[in-house]
Amino acid sequence: MKQVFLKITENKKIAKDVWLMKLEGDVSAITASGQFVNIKLDGFYLRRPISVCDYDENTLTIIYKVVGEGTEVMANLECGTELDVLVGLGNGYNLSKSGDSPVLIGGGVGVPPMYNLCRKLIEEGKKVKVILGFNKEEEIFFEDEFKALGAEVYITTVDGSYGTKGFVTDVLKNLDYSYFFTCGPMPMFKAIEATAVTSGQYSFEERMGCGFGACMGCSCKTKYGNKRICKDGPVLEREEIIW
Amino acid sequence: MVNTKVELCGITLDNPIIPASGTFGFGYEFAELYDINCLGTFSFKGTTKDARFGNPTPRIAECDRGMINAVGLQNPGVDAVISNELPKLKACFNKPVMANVSGFAVEDYVYTCEKLDKEEQVGWLEVNVSCPNVHGGGMAFGTSAEAAAEVTKAVKAVTTKPVIIKLSPNVTDIVSIAKACEEAGADGISMINTMLGMKIDLKTKKPVIANKMGGFSGPAIKPVAVRMIYQVYEAVNIPIVGMGGVSSAEDVIELMLAGATAVEVGAANLIDPFAARDIVNNLPAVMEKYSIENLSDIIGGAH
Repeated sequence: MKQVFLKITENKKIAKDVWLMKLEGDVSAITASGQFVNIKLDGFYLRRPISVCDYDENTLTIIYKVVGEGTEVMANLECGTELDVLVGLGNGYNLSKSGDSPVLIGGGVGVPPMYNLCRKLIEEGKKVKVILGFNKEEEIFFEDEFKALGAEVYITTVDGSYGTKGFVTDVLKNLDYSYFFTCGPMPMFKAIEATAVTSGQYSFEERMGCGFGACMGCSCKTKYGNKRICKDGPVLEREEIIW
Repeated sequence: MVNTKVELCGITLDNPIIPASGTFGFGYEFAELYDINCLGTFSFKGTTKDARFGNPTPRIAECDRGMINAVGLQNPGVDAVISNELPKLKACFNKPVMANVSGFAVEDYVYTCEKLDKEEQVGWLEVNVSCPNVHGGGMAFGTSAEAAAEVTKAVKAVTTKPVIIKLSPNVTDIVSIAKACEEAGADGISMINTMLGMKIDLKTKKPVIANKMGGFSGPAIKPVAVRMIYQVYEAVNIPIVGMGGVSSAEDVIELMLAGATAVEVGAANLIDPFAARDIVNNLPAVMEKYSIENLSDIIGGAH
C-alpha cells in the first residue's frame, strides 16, 4: 500500500450512472488484478473504496457507479484535479489457478476488475471467456473493450433488451471452462455458487472503515478463520467461503 | 529546541502521541508503512478473555466529520494475543506498549489483565469499561461509579503495572465515575471512548449498521472530549490520557491544555494511515508557534 496524489486525466460517463476515470501518477504499489484503491474526497470523512479496472506503471483506470453523495462528487471532478489515494489495497486475484480456459463473470459494477484480469490472462496465452451481466441495455459498458483484448464475450440483460435474456448463470451453465473468477452482487454470487462446476475466486464487497486492515470493520468468517475483506480479501477462494 | 517528553504513570514518553485501541491493530500493519517507534506508544487492539468475532456487518457508517463503528471487540482472545500478536508487535516496536483490555464480568477483566501484566513489553493496562458495542458488559461497567470502581479494585489487586481506566462519555456525570476509579486505586484515566450514535439510510429506511447503534468518533466529538477532560482534570489527581477526534498537533495541545498528560489518536489513523506519525512530526513546529518550550508544562494550562 502507498499513499499517492494522482491527477485526473479523464472522467466521463460511459453508461447509465456509470463513469470511467483515468488518473496519472505513481501507481507502482498496485501489484495484482482485483485490488482496489481508497480515494479521499473533500467534504467526506471516510475514503471511497473503488476497484481497479486497469493500470500500468503510471496510469490507473477506475469505473464507478454514481450511487450516493460521494460518487456524485466524483462524477463532477474536473481533469487536472489531484486526488489523495491509497493504492495497492487488497490481495487481488490469484491467476496461477486459472487453467487454460477460465471464465470471468462480472455483474454491473463488478465488471471493471475483470478487465485487467482478462488482459493479463490473455497475455499469458489463456483462452478467456467473459460473461457480463446487466439489468438492461443502457447499463452495458466495456463489451467492445473485452472483445478488443481477444476474449469471447457474452452479455446478459435481465430484461432481455440486449444479449441473452436472464442472468450470467443462464450463459455459464452452457459453457466449458477450467476455472472461474467473479465480481458482482451477492445474489449473482449465490447463483454462480449453485451453477459453477469448477473451483473459482469471488471478490467481495463490504462497508469499510480504513481499507487497509486496521479497523476490523469489514470482517467475515471463512473456513480458514476470520478474514478482513479489505486486507485478506477482497478475493476469497470458493473452497473457503461460508455462504 | 522544544521538549516533547511527558511522563505517564512513571514511564517517560518521547512524545504524548498514542494511537488509540481499535485503530492500530497490534502495530505491525502500520510498521509496514513507517517506523512506529516514532510514537510515544500505542494502545493495542482491545483484548478479551476469549476470542470474539464481534458484531455482524455492516459495522461502519460515515457521518459528518466522523464515523460510527460497531465492530464489537473482535480479537483472538488473550492467549492468542500473547502467543501470536505480541511477538509480532515486539519485532516492530521497542517501547513499552499500552495493553487495552475489555470484559463482560469482573472476573474476565481480572483474568485478562493478570495475564497481560506479566508480559514484559506491556507498560500500562488500559481497562476499557466503556465499549458501547457489546451487550451485557463493556459500557455497563463504565456507566456506574460503583461498577467502575469494582473493576478497578479487582484489576489493581492482581497487577503490578499502572492501570488506566478508559471511560465512556455516555454518562450523566463522568466526574463522579473518574473520582470513584481514582479512589479505587486507578493510576490514570483515559477518556473519552466513542459516543453512542446511529445513522439511518434514507433509501432502506433502516439503520446503516447491523448492530443498529455504534460508537461515534472523529473530529465532530472533539469539543465534548475537551469539555469532559477539563471537568475531570479539576476533580482528580491522577493523569488523564485524552482522546476524542484528535487529528492534528493543534488538537493534541488543546487536549493537553484541558488537562491531558498524553493524547490518543483514533479515527484519524483510519482515514490517513500516516496521521499519528505526521502529528508527531508536526508537534515541535506547532509548539514553537504557540511559544511552548516544554510540552509537559502546558498540562491543564487552561485552568
